[in-house]
Formats: sequence, C-alpha cells, structure tokens
Amino acid sequence: MNSTSTLINALFIFVLAGFIGFEVIRRVSPLLHTPLMSLTNALDAIAVVGAIVLVGEHKSHLATVFGFIAVVAATSNIVGGFVITDRMLKMFKSSRPASQPAAKPVAKSVGGQ
Amino acid sequence: MTPELGATQIVIELLYLVASVLFILSLKWMSSPTTARHGIWAGEIGMVLAIGGTLLNHGMSYHLIAIGLVLGTIIGVPLGRVAMTAVPQRTALSHAFGALCVTLVGSAEFYLRSPDISPFMMSVLSLEVILGGLTVTGSLMAAGKLQEILPQRPLTYKGQNLVNFLLLAGALVIAVTLVLHPGSRSLFPFMILIALAFGVLLIIPIGGADMPTVISLLNGYAGLSAAAMGFVLNSKLLIIAGALDGSSGLILSIIMSKAMNRSFTNVLFGAFGQVQAAAAGGEEAKPVRSATPEEAAAILSAANRVIVVPGYGMAVAQAQHKVRELYDALTKRGVDVRFAIHPVAGRMPGHMNVLLAEADIPYDRLIEMDEINGDFPQTDVALVIGANDVTNPAARTDTTSPIYGMPILDVDKAHTVMVIKRSMNPGFAGIDNPLYYLDNTLMLFGDAKAFVGSIVRELAGGHG
Repeated sequence: MNSTSTLINALFIFVLAGFIGFEVIRRVSPLLHTPLMSLTNALDAIAVVGAIVLVGEHKSHLATVFGFIAVVAATSNIVGGFVITDRMLKMFKSSRPASQPAAKPVAKSVGGQ
Repeated sequence: MTPELGATQIVIELLYLVASVLFILSLKWMSSPTTARHGIWAGEIGMVLAIGGTLLNHGMSYHLIAIGLVLGTIIGVPLGRVAMTAVPQRTALSHAFGALCVTLVGSAEFYLRSPDISPFMMSVLSLEVILGGLTVTGSLMAAGKLQEILPQRPLTYKGQNLVNFLLLAGALVIAVTLVLHPGSRSLFPFMILIALAFGVLLIIPIGGADMPTVISLLNGYAGLSAAAMGFVLNSKLLIIAGALDGSSGLILSIIMSKAMNRSFTNVLFGAFGQVQAAAAGGEEAKPVRSATPEEAAAILSAANRVIVVPGYGMAVAQAQHKVRELYDALTKRGVDVRFAIHPVAGRMPGHMNVLLAEADIPYDRLIEMDEINGDFPQTDVALVIGANDVTNPAARTDTTSPIYGMPILDVDKAHTVMVIKRSMNPGFAGIDNPLYYLDNTLMLFGDAKAFVGSIVRELAGGHG
C-alpha cells in the first residue's frame, strides 16, 4: 500500500469520526458539559499508544526521552480524567427516588423506539 | 514478514477497533445523567484494551514504559481529586498535558524520519506540532489565570494582533519550508518555539469571563492535534479519538460563544479591554432598595415559586452548601425552588451544574436558560446569587451596551428580584446593571455565604 492511499484512508476515517462525534456530542445534556470535557480529555490521551511505541522501540535517545515524558503526561490525563469524571457523575442525583433508573435508558437507546 | 507477526498485528488492530467503538459509546452514554457512568466504564475498558494491545507489539522494552505509566498514575490521581471549584484550571492543565504528549511524539517522529518525509506527511506533522505547541502554553496560561497565579484581567497592548499575526505567519513559513525541504532539521525547533510563544500571546488578552469559550477552544485544538498525530503514525484509533475530542471542543466553543453573543475571532482577538474604559463613566448614584435577611426570609417563605440564579460569585464565596440548606428549608415549606443555569455561568461549560450537584441539589432542579426563561413572569421571587452580566436587562434593550445581544436570564420579569451582592461595584466586565435600580428589585448587601446563612436561620427560627 503506498503512502498516498494510506493518507486518503486516514482522511476518510477522520471525516467520518468527526461526523459521528458531532452527532453524538450534540445530544449531550448541557448539565454534563464539564464531565464531558474531562472524559474527552481522558479519551484523547489515547495518544499514549504512540508514546509507548516510541519508548518501547528505543530508536534514538531523543525519541526515548520525548516518548517517556509523553507517556507520563498522557497517563496522568487518563488516570486523572477518569477519576474526576467518575467523581462528578456520582454527584448528580435526581430528586425522584427512582429505584433502578440506570439500566433502562441504555436498553432503550440501543433498541430504539 | 513472518505470519506470526501478522497475526499479532491483526489482534492489535482488532483491539483498537473495539476500543474505538467503546469510545464512541462512552460519549453517547454521556447524553443523560442516568447512563453517564456506563460511559466511564466503556471508556476505561477501551483504554485498557488499547494500551494492552499496544504492549503486544514485538521487540518492545517494557522497563521505561512501566516507569512512565506508574509515574503518570502518581501525578494523575491527585489531579483527579481536586476540589470542584478548581475543575476549570485542572481541565486547562490536562489540555496542556495532552498537547505536550502530542507535540513531543510529533517532534520525535520528525527527527526519526527526516529527511524521508513526504510533503503531505510533513504538512500534517507541522499542523500537529504547531497546534500542539500553542495548546501547551495557551492552556498553561489559562490554568494560571484560573488559579489566579496570573492576573485575570485581560492584558492588551498596541499592535497585539499584528504581533500575533506575524508570529503565526513565521510558523507557517517554516512549515512550508520544511514541507519543501524536510531535511532542514535545524529549522524545526524554531517552529516549535514560535508555536509556544504564540500560545502565550493568544491567551494574554483574554479575561476570566471568556474562559468557558477559551477552554473549549483549547479542547478542540488538543483534539485536532491528536488527530493529526494519528495521521502521522497511521493510527486509526488515534484519528478517531482526536476527531471525537476535536468535535466536542468545537461544539462547546460554539455553544459558549453563542451564549455570549460573540464570534470566535471576537473572543480571541477582541479582548474585553475596551469595555472597561467605556463603563467608567456612569458614576451618578441612583437609588436602590435594600433588604435585611429577615425581610428576605419573609418574602421567600411567602412565595410559591422561586428561581435561584447562581453565578461564579456563588462559587467564589463557597456559598453552594448554604444555598442547598436554603433549598431544603424552602422546599420543606412547599415552595417550588428551581435553579436557572446560564450556559456561561462559572468558568467552564457546565461548571455551575457540577458545583450545585456537589452540594447535593438534585439535577432535575437545574434548568437551562432557554427552558426556564419563559417561567420568570410567573415566578414570585428570582434570587440572584453572585451572577451579574447574565442577568443584565441592558443586553436586551440598550444597543450601546457592550453586552447588547447577549442572551440573558429574564430575572427582571419576576414579581420580586433579590440580588445578593457585596456592594454596588460593577461586576467583572465593569458593566453597570440596570436590574439593580428596578422597582421590583431588592438588594441584599453582604457576603453570599453569610447572607444565605442568615436567611436560612431566619427560616428555621422565626416563622416556625
């Protein structure tokens, strides 16, 4: 596979993922915009995979040093992002004493109407 | 290529695919508070699969990776445990960390591959490190302003936009040169340095009230730079995660700028600085009516419907727990109490909801601006705590007002408006608020936390 067609494939993925992101995030309740941002922050830190490869392959000293710092920075985002998002979401409580509200909406959103 | 290696690669790619799906589901479940925690689990599982898959790569040395992961965890845990009032600066800091990772990996890739880099690849790589670099310093500046290490007031100087423009142009010239001559290794650090400097200068003129937009915008940049990194590394997973993060930041920036009736360019290049100069004129003392905690408690307990309008001032005064006590006391008396949340209340998107949820106020009592605005005319009391500009009726009527056209909460339409405020000093943006001089407005002068506390005591003791 030549590099141009690889890049074209990548462009397809980028545009389609952006479209999905736009549609999904448009539906996020403004109530949850802060946890949304800390969650996307944690997910974005998946960039750690690139850094891990740099450190693991040890192709040059510079690459290893840069990669190592990058692994630390991204990991702290992953851990911190998930921890704080979880803390925030635990705080959101409804005034209706619903018994088991969590399971149902998931089933509904998967199955549709 | 040995068939064994191929099999491992296939497993890794499939794990990445599952992780991508989990990431999308994770965001999808954020649509409602009832499903949101499933979203975290999906995200966490996706992350573990992706990192686990990456470690399957052959010929890796694991020592340093393990140390890095442990060190990152040690730094990450306290960053996940900050106070809810500090979440905006934490978020800005994590934008900086994310962008730092992207910029470092991009730089390392450049030096590993140069001079053998195709023009398209070099363009994407330049985009990655320029966006990444300016996000690193820009986010650090924003975090510094939010933490009040740096002055919150916008700093402006003559020719600011020209300097910024020239810097950006300089970075682009270097990028184009590198695209044409990818072997010019000595030029690369200058491109990074310019991007870092540009990030600092971009945030200097931005004030505290614009932080929600700026944080969202930096979030978008961080996402886009990560997606660019995905192109460079040919990692579909990274492209998807970056695109999701980028679109999230973009959508939030659009919502925030709309809520302030300003365009991106206006937020970034138009600093609120001019506004303060314009507002200094109105010094004539107009009469206001004020009330004591006893009077306020009597009015509130006689009301049927109360809407509380919280602003950043409430968070600064740490008054949210007293507000919760007030909510309890009034609800017990059969008063219908709801909270009106302006999109830019607080220092980042949704910040006010988190602060009120932390004080155990049920989320179905927190109502968005568009939904609650029609209810103010049927509301007995609108209680404004630490909010100013978002309640300013001049935004509707006064075409000369700097905030004219900004969507506001129509508190002035309530039968009685009560405003808790330290003094008559104008708010952060320095704009006078005609709301305070209306006939149906009562000013409650004092510290938000102490004043709400006195009202609660009155309600508990006074009228049984």
